[in-house]
Formats: sequence, structure tokens, C-alpha cells
Amino acid sequence: MATLTTVPRPTTSPAAHSSLTAGQLPKWLPWTLLAVGLVLAGAVFTILNFGGDPADFNIAGTIFFGFLIFAIGLIILSNIVESSRRAADRLATVLVSFAFALALIPLISLLYTVVVDGIGRFDPTFFSWTMRNVVGEGGGAVHAIWGTLLITLGAAIISVPIGLLTSIYLVEYGRGRLARAITFFVDVMTGIPSIVAGLFIVALFTLILGPGKYMGIMGTLSLTVLMIPVVVRSSEEMLRLVPNELREASYALGVPKWLTVAKVVLPTAIAGITTGIMLSISRVIGETAPLLLTAGFTTSLNLNLFDQPMMTLPVFVYTQFQNPGTNIDAALGRAWAGALTLIIIVMVLNLVARFIAKKFAPKFGR
Amino acid sequence: MSTRTDSAPTTAPTAAPPAKRRLGDVVFSGTALGAGILILGILVAVTVFLIAQSLPALTEDPAENPILKGESFLAYVGPLVFGTIWAALLALAIAAPLSIGIALFISHYAPRRLAALLGYIIDLLAAIPSVVFGLWGALTFAGYLQPFYVWLNANLGWFPLFSGPVSATGRTILTAALVLAVMILPIMTAICREVFLQTPKLHEEAALALGSTRWEMIRMAVFPFARGGMVSAAMLALGRALGETMAVTMVLSASGVVSFQVLTSTNPTPIPANIALKFGEAHGTGVNALIATGLILFIVTFAVNAFARWIVNRRAEFSGAN
Repeated sequence: MATLTTVPRPTTSPAAHSSLTAGQLPKWLPWTLLAVGLVLAGAVFTILNFGGDPADFNIAGTIFFGFLIFAIGLIILSNIVESSRRAADRLATVLVSFAFALALIPLISLLYTVVVDGIGRFDPTFFSWTMRNVVGEGGGAVHAIWGTLLITLGAAIISVPIGLLTSIYLVEYGRGRLARAITFFVDVMTGIPSIVAGLFIVALFTLILGPGKYMGIMGTLSLTVLMIPVVVRSSEEMLRLVPNELREASYALGVPKWLTVAKVVLPTAIAGITTGIMLSISRVIGETAPLLLTAGFTTSLNLNLFDQPMMTLPVFVYTQFQNPGTNIDAALGRAWAGALTLIIIVMVLNLVARFIAKKFAPKFGR
Repeated sequence: MSTRTDSAPTTAPTAAPPAKRRLGDVVFSGTALGAGILILGILVAVTVFLIAQSLPALTEDPAENPILKGESFLAYVGPLVFGTIWAALLALAIAAPLSIGIALFISHYAPRRLAALLGYIIDLLAAIPSVVFGLWGALTFAGYLQPFYVWLNANLGWFPLFSGPVSATGRTILTAALVLAVMILPIMTAICREVFLQTPKLHEEAALALGSTRWEMIRMAVFPFARGGMVSAAMLALGRALGETMAVTMVLSASGVVSFQVLTSTNPTPIPANIALKFGEAHGTGVNALIATGLILFIVTFAVNAFARWIVNRRAEFSGAN
């Protein structure tokens, strides 16, 4: 067996190697093997590319085959020196780490592309011009930015109270079948396709006002449908974290239940609730499909939620991509700049939310 | 007191003194209850209004419908349903093994101090708007993949999936499925991670104490415990993939056919992408036809999500973790 071959080892190696570490690959070996694999694959691809343009060097191939050499080498070595069980363990480790690395590739590629391609039009013109009467180069997205801010703000104003009150009901009052039904349907509601939310509002307004209407408020309402369940879920989680001792202490002092909720439970959980709300805003601010159907698109600035189509940033990116007009490069430049703006907004919301959660989290220990 | 002959039910010993109904309490709990019921109302309204606006497309003569153009509704929606499910299943097939691997990496392999940070990095993927994914997928990712598709077609072309003339732009259903897979990775990873972390520590330690390697411990202690959670994570991810619109709309050069070939430039269209592409030009009962396809999408995703949640909830009640 494998152990037999390794028995002589301790006698040849210095005394630092105890019998406990016998029959094990040294810790530095996997990393060295990875480097060897990459160098080998790199050398092969350099020879294949010999005389060609250095820019044609196959990076993806090098990494892939380097990794393959590393994995196969490690498994074979482990099989010989250690055991087949250890080899399987090492194979699993390699595969699992590989899965994680693989997921990072699109993230890095996407962020890199958006920044590199978006920075070109990320200029003052982009933030001070609309697209009114702009053909070809120039133009900006200030109308879309205003639209996104107004529509999202409206959605937040409507869905935060509803979502928060629902979560209070579920945590503080809800018992029995109704509460269970609400929990279940809120969960299911998080899975409603965003375009269906848009179609719902279209259907609703067609019945009330007739067909072919595009308004900012319709976009707001469709985002509300998507936002409420997210707010409910996150606030509910935060309210459940509030220790029962706080509530009981309040009741013991004779404070009525509604005051306990308003003055004890909510302030304790407010940091977490704020984080949840900001994260839900960052989720709906990037929604495109429902806004395309409800708020429509326009080239001019419109600050009235209740009349005429209203441009939003995601729809701006989409229309610049889908209908680039005559100057395709200029349109795509605007699309990338819009995407960069959108990502910055979302990332800032995310970071601020995490910061609030960390900074203002209630401290239960002392 | 001692002789409980009559009137015992009226003065039950457990009855607390009647609580004073304060106005604040009534108003507060009433509003909270109202908000909860409003949510149920919204869900009912979604169903009712979608059905109400779908009916004209179903009852009217298809020849007069600008979207159906003489086809019956079922003949129109059939290829779209195929496209929806095909794209989502492809995405799930790619994303499921990956996200289980990532979740394992974060929960059991990565250094404890790094785990939270790595989880946050994966969550970043979920924060990126779908329209940005679409832009990146159509303009960057498709270009990267196209040479690979040519190679795949040349070497594995005998396999039906990879046969047919290769698209010159790389904007095929496989690209769309890959982008979708990246988009559903975070939700599936997050749920799998949660379930893996719920594995009772004692089970894991017992497996390790018996001399099993880390992988054997995962196979014997973690996976059996997490099987239900993994299934429901996959279902939720499937629901997300079924309803995703923008990425598919922008990546795919859609033509509404039924085809299993994943590398050609004639691709099946999912329902959401079809709605987004056709809505601008639709008028009259054409809008109703699109709303009807949306209703079918709603029913399919609702069923998938409800089933997934049912699995989760059933598990939660019996698992030893809580």
C-alpha cells in the first residue's frame, strides 16, 4: 500500500519530520505545482505563438491548461504518496476553489469593461444634457437620472410604510392562518418576474384610463410591487432579532403594546431596517423591464410623475443599445456611461447600507 | 368555588382580566393588519387584472390580432414557452454545480476570517442591474465566446446540441444562458451557504473524528442534511431565470423557433424577452396577446416558486437546526 512506500522516509529526512506528517504531501507542494503548471502551459503557448504577434498570446488557454496540469499532477502525486481517499479530498478541494475562481471572472470582466468603456462619456455633458434633438454625438442622461430618482423615490415612499407595517404585523401581532398565508405569499411575491409586475400595471391602467398610457407613476407602482416583499422580508428578520426581554421589560413598566413597538422595538432594530430598505432600493433602481412597459421612454426632461412618459437610467441604457441610430459608437458610449452611473449608484447604496448596519447595530453584550 | 356545578364555563379559571383596549393599540394593530391584507390584495389584483386583460386575446379572432397574425394563441405561445424553459434549464444546469461549489468553498473551505468577505463579493453579483449584464453579455462576453463556439462546433459538432452553422456574433442562446447562470449564481449560492452552515456541528465533528477526510465529511454529513435546501435553492434560481428579461433580450438575436441547437443564430425566444421586444410596436388587442403570454409566465413562475417555498418551509419545521 501507499503507506509502505513512505515508511523509509522519516529515516532519511531530518528529525523535524515526525511520523505524524509522514505519508503527506508537504504544504508548499500544491502552490509550487500550480506555478509549474502555469509556466509549462505558458511555454507551450509561447512556442505555438512563435513569430506571431505577442498580443495574440492565449491567456485563457494558458490559465486553463496550467490549471489542468496542476490538478492532474496533484491528484496523481497524492494517489502515490498519500492514498486514494486523500486524493479524492484534494480533487474536491481543487474543484471547489476552481468554482469560486470561475465565478469571479465574469464579475471582474464586467466591472472592468463597464469602467473602461464608460469612463469616456462620463463627463459633465453627460450629466447636464438631455437627449432632446441630439443626433449622433453628444447628448446626456440628465433626464434619465431625474426620472430614476423620482420614480424610485416614489416607490420607496409607497412601499416602505406598507412593508414595514406588514413586518410589524407578522412579528408582533400575526398569529395563525392569516399570518402564515401572508408570510408564504410574500415569499412567493419575491419571485414575481419583474416584467409581470409591469404588465400588471399596464393591465390596471388600461382598464382605468384606456390603452397606450405611459406615466412615471405607473413605473413607480410597478416598482412598488417588486419592492414591498423585499422590505417585508428584511424588516421582519430585523424585528425578530430584537430580544424579547426588551419587550417584556417595557410591558412590565405598564407601557401599552403599540408604544412598546414604536418606542422600544423599532428604535432597536432601526439600523437593520434602514440597511434592508437601502438594499431593496438598490435592487429596484436597476429594474428595466417594468419601466420599459410603464414609464416608457422619451428624449426630454419630464419631472411630472402623472403625465407623459418619463425616461429612466436603465431604460436609457437599453434604448441607446437597442436603437443606436446612425452613430453607433456614440450611442454605445452613452450606454456604457449610463451603465457606469447605474453601477456607481448601486454600489454606493450597498456600501452605505453595510456601513449603517455595522456602525449603528445595537450592542447586546456589554 | 369548591362546588363547580353551574356557571363554570363562564368564569373559566384561565381567563385573564379583560385587557383594556386602548385606542392606540387598536389603530396600530389595525394598520399593521391592513398592510398585511393589502399585500394579499395586490397579489389577487395581479392575477385578476392579468386574466381580465388576457381574455380579449383569447376570445377574439386571431386573424385581426396584430401580434398573433392569424395563428391561434396556443400556437403562438408554444415556442415561447419552450424558449423560456429551455433557456432557464440551460442556465440552471450551468449554475447549479458552480454555486454548490462556491457555497462549499465559502462555508467549509475558505479561511474563517475571509468567508464573510468572499460571501459579500458573490453578493455583489446580485447587486449589478440586469441591463448592465445585458450590455456586457451582448457587447463583450459574446465576442469572447464566439471563437470557443467555433471550436466547439468543429470538434463536438456530432453532438446535436452543438451542431448547425455557428453564429458569427456569438449572440446565441448558450451565451444568454451563461449570462443568466451568472445572474442566478448569487441567490443559489446564498441559500446553499445558509443550509450548509446549518449542518449540526456535532455531525461534522463526529465524521472527522472517525477519520474521514474533509470531502468525506461533506459527503456524509453536510450533503444528506442539505439535500432539501439545495433542491429548493435550485428551484428558486430557476424561478429567477424564468422571469429574467433584459439580459436575454439584449444578448439574444431572437427568432422564436423551437430548436435545441445552442450555437446557431436562430434561437428560441423566452416569453419575457418577447414581451420586451414586441411591446413597443403592439397596439389594440396585440397588447392583450402579450399580456396573456405574461399571464402564462406568471403562472409558471408562481408554481415553481410556491413549490420551492413549500419544500423550504416543510424542511424548516422538522430540521434539527432550529
